[in-house]
Amino acid sequence: MKTIKPAKKKEPETQRISLTVNGQLFELEAGGEPDQVGSSHTLAHTLRETLGLIGTKVSCDHGACGCCTVLMDEKAVLSCMTLTIECDGKKITTIEGLSDTRAEKLDPLQQAFIDYTAFQCGFCTPGIIMSAKALLNENPSPTEEEVKEGLSGNFCRCISHYQVVKAVMAASKKAGYRNDQ
Amino acid sequence: MTSKYRFIGKATPRKDATEIVTGSSRFLNDIKLPDMLYGKVLRSPYPHALIKKVDKRKAQKLPGVKAILTWEDIPDWKGGTPRYTRVLDQKVRYVGDAVALVAATSEEMASEALHLIDVEYELLPAVFEMEEALIPGAPQLYDEFPGNVVTPGVPFFGPKNLKEVVMGDVEKGFEEADVITEGAFGYENMPNPLPSEPPGVIALWEEPNKVTLWVSNQASYMDSIILSHIIGRKVKVRTIGGPCGGSFGSKYMSWQIQCYAALLSRATCKPVKLIFTKEEHLAVFTMRLASRMKARVGMKKDGTVTAISGRWLIDTGYYSMTTQSQVAVGCGEVQIMVRCPNWDLKPVIVCTNRNASGIVRGFGGQELKCILIPLLSLAMEKVGVDPFEFLKKNFVKPGDGYFWRDGIWYTYRGVDYTNAMDKGAEAFGWKDKWRGWLTPTAVNNTKRIGVGVGVHGNADIGEDASEAYVRLYPDGTAMLFSCITEHGTGQRSNVVKMVAEVLQLPMERVSVTPSDSLINPYEFGPAGSRGTYAIGGAAIAAAEDAKKKLFELIAPKLQAAPEDLETVDGVIFVKGNPEKRIPWKAMGVDRTITGYGRFEPDYTLSNCMMTFVEVEVDTETGKVTLVRVVNTTDVGQIIDPPGLEGQLNGCLGSGGIDSAIFEETILDYSTGHILNANMVDYKWRTFPELPVIDNVALETPFPTHRFHAVGVGEVATSPGPVAVLMAVSNAIGVWLHDYPVTPDRVLKALGKIGDMRKGGMR
Repeated sequence: MKTIKPAKKKEPETQRISLTVNGQLFELEAGGEPDQVGSSHTLAHTLRETLGLIGTKVSCDHGACGCCTVLMDEKAVLSCMTLTIECDGKKITTIEGLSDTRAEKLDPLQQAFIDYTAFQCGFCTPGIIMSAKALLNENPSPTEEEVKEGLSGNFCRCISHYQVVKAVMAASKKAGYRNDQ
Repeated sequence: MTSKYRFIGKATPRKDATEIVTGSSRFLNDIKLPDMLYGKVLRSPYPHALIKKVDKRKAQKLPGVKAILTWEDIPDWKGGTPRYTRVLDQKVRYVGDAVALVAATSEEMASEALHLIDVEYELLPAVFEMEEALIPGAPQLYDEFPGNVVTPGVPFFGPKNLKEVVMGDVEKGFEEADVITEGAFGYENMPNPLPSEPPGVIALWEEPNKVTLWVSNQASYMDSIILSHIIGRKVKVRTIGGPCGGSFGSKYMSWQIQCYAALLSRATCKPVKLIFTKEEHLAVFTMRLASRMKARVGMKKDGTVTAISGRWLIDTGYYSMTTQSQVAVGCGEVQIMVRCPNWDLKPVIVCTNRNASGIVRGFGGQELKCILIPLLSLAMEKVGVDPFEFLKKNFVKPGDGYFWRDGIWYTYRGVDYTNAMDKGAEAFGWKDKWRGWLTPTAVNNTKRIGVGVGVHGNADIGEDASEAYVRLYPDGTAMLFSCITEHGTGQRSNVVKMVAEVLQLPMERVSVTPSDSLINPYEFGPAGSRGTYAIGGAAIAAAEDAKKKLFELIAPKLQAAPEDLETVDGVIFVKGNPEKRIPWKAMGVDRTITGYGRFEPDYTLSNCMMTFVEVEVDTETGKVTLVRVVNTTDVGQIIDPPGLEGQLNGCLGSGGIDSAIFEETILDYSTGHILNANMVDYKWRTFPELPVIDNVALETPFPTHRFHAVGVGEVATSPGPVAVLMAVSNAIGVWLHDYPVTPDRVLKALGKIGDMRKGGMR
C-alpha cells in the first residue's frame, strides 16, 4: 500500500526580488502594497516609480517604440515588456548608470550624442543610447548598417536618426571604447 | 571667409544637452507632487449617442477613488471655434469622446474605476464621410452647426480673417488659358504627428480662483491664455512648461486634457496628473485635417496660371479649435506658392463623428498644397511644363503680394528663392533625372525609378507677438526671461545664442528662465517657423536694451560716451582705447540691469522649402521605396548648423513625407473605431529604412533682425508628400491622386488588383 505523506506546511515567506541597478543592490519585496513589487509591475514601472530612476521613458508601453530600453546583463531589453518579478538576480543598467555624475564623466556614447546633437526633443534619447550601448557591447566596431539594424526598434519622431548614426559611429571609433565598460 | 560672428552659425552644444543624454531632463511624467492623484477618462464606445444615465456608485466604493465627474457635475466650460464644445457633454460625438473623469490615488485604481461606471446610452446615427455629412437629413452633430458646416464664429485673426481665396475674374482667366484641367484629389489619410511623449498635464486648483498647470506643450504661455478663456476668464491660470517630448504642432492645443485635470483637481483639492496612453494619443487626441478638393485650373503654355476655382472640403472631425485658422493660413500660403490673378477657391469646414483635427506641422498649407499641386500637375503635363520650372516661376518674388491670414494684402520684401531652388535642383540632378510627365527616370526589371518636386512657403515666420527681458548681473552673467518652450528644435538654446552674441558673453554665462507664465512676459511660442525671427527678435531687442542701459550707467566711470563703449566677456571698454576697461561688477553688487524687447508681427516675409524626391517602385509588389531626398532653402543666416540639419531631416516624420508612403490613421467607416491606434499597426519609419537626405541651405541675408535670419523649422515636412505622389506617378506612368501610395493603391493603379479597401473601410 502506498503511503501518502502529508505535504509539508510551507512557512509563508515574503518573496524577495534582488536587482542590481547601476551597480547598487536593491532587495525588493513582492506584494500588493504601494512600496512592494506587484505581480503586474513592469521593470519600467519599478525603475521609474519605485526606484525614482526617471531617465527610462515610457512612450507606447507596448514594446513597439524602444523608449524604455535598458540593459539587463548587458543586453538591451524593453523594460515596459519585462515583469520585475522575472528580473530576480539580474544586473540592470539604465541611462543614469552610464555616466559618473559625481566625477562629471559621461560615457563616450553620451558625449558623442552631445557632439553630434544626436537628439531633438530628447524623449526617445535614453532608449536610443541604451540600445546603442548594447550594440557596442556586442560589436565594438559596427558598420553603419549594423548600427541602423541595432537601433531598428527605436522610434524617434523628430528624425534624429542621421545624427544618431554619426554619433554611434564616432563613439565606436574612439580607441579604447571597449575599456570604458 | 571667416564668420563675423562668435557663436551664430557655429555648432555649439545645446544648453540642455547633458540633461538629455544623461536622462535627467524632467519631462512631465517625471514630475511627482505630494499627495498627487491620477486621472483617467471613461470614453464612449459609440460614435454618436446621448448619455441617458450614469451610475457611479460601484466605482465610488473602490478604495482610493476620490472623484468621478460627468457632464452633470461640471461648470459650463466650452472650447472649439466657435466655442460650442463642452468639456463633458450629455452627448458623445465620436468613439473615444469623454463620458466621465476619475481621480484616484493610483493609475491602476483609476483605470479599475472606469470599468465600474455604468452608462446608459441612446444611440444616434453617425456620419463619418464629409460629403455624406453635408447631405440634407444627415445626422447633425451640433444644433449650432446646421448641415454640419462649421460657421465662422469668432475668427482668431481679426474681423477680416481669411476664409477663402477669391479675387479677379475666374471666367476671364479660364478664357485666357491654353489648357483647362479639372479633377478630384484627396489628402485624407489623417497622419498622426505622433510625438514620442504622449499628451498630458498636472493640475493643481489651489484657491477658489487659481489653478496651476504643469504642461508639456509647445507654447506654455498660450496654454494659460487659452485655458483662461475656456473657463470664463474668472480664474487665474498659471502654466509651467518643461521640456516637451515632441509636438509638431499637436501640443500647441491641449485644452481638453488640461480641463479634465483642472476639473478633477478642483473637485479633490489635490494635484491631479493625467497622461494619455499611446492608444488615447492615437485614437482620441487631435490629428491632421483630412482634405479633399474638386477644382479646375487654367494654364498657359508657358506655365502661367490664369485661373483656379474649386471647393476645398475639410474634415475637422467632431470639433476644432484651430481649423478656421488653418484654412486662413492655407489660403494665404497657396498664394505664395502659385501666383495667379484669378481665384475662386471656397473652403468648407465639415464636422463628422470621428476624433478632432488639430494643429500639425504644415498648418493647413501642407494639406491644401497636397491636393492642389496634383491638379496643377495635370495641366503642366498637358502643356509640357517641367514641374521644377513651374514651381520656381510661380513662387512669390520680391514685390509680389498675397492676402495673408488676417485678410490684409502684404507685399513680399524678402529674398528671391530662385537661386536656392536652382542650387537644390543641381544637387539633386533634376535635369538629368526628369524625363517628362508619367515617364520613369529608369526601369530595371520590375523596379521603376521616378522623381518629383514640391514647394512650400509660410509668411508666419513673423507671426504674432513675443516679449522678452534680458537681465544683466554684476558677476558677468545674463538671464533671458522668455516663455519659449523647448519642443525639440533647440530654439531655447538658439535664442540664448543670439543673446550671447549681442552681449559677447560665452554661452555658459547666459541662461534662460523656465517657461513659467508667472515670471515671463508674453510669448506666443515657437510655431509656424517664427522662433528665429519673432522670438529671436524680441530676445535680441531685450539684450540690446540691456546693453544700452549698462553702457549709460558705466559711461561716466570710463569718462566716455555710452555709444563709444563695447563689452566682451563681461568687461566694458572704450572702443578706440581698449585699455580703458572695467568689469560688469562696476554696475554695483546691489544692482541688476533689465532690458525689454518686443517683436511686432510682420507678414511681409516668407520662408521657402523645396523638396526633391527620388523613389523606386516595385511593380510586382507595389512597394514604394524612398531613395533620396534633397531639401533646399535659403535661411538668411544659419544660427545652429546641426539644429538646422535636424529640423530639415524631420521632413520624413511628423506627418510629412511618409504620409505619402505608408502613414495613415485607419478609420472603420462602419463603426467609427480607429483600427490602428497603436505603434505596431500605425506605420513609422525605422533606422534601416533611412533614405539619403541632402540639405541645401543658402545664406542670403534677410531684412529681419541683426542676424538677418528666418526660421524654417515648420516647413520641412510640407513639400514632400506631393513630391512623392508625383514621383510615384512618373515611375509607374499612371496618375495617383490619393495618399498614401501603399502597395494596394500602386497595384490598383497598375491594373493588377481590384479595390482592396472594402468592407467596413472606405
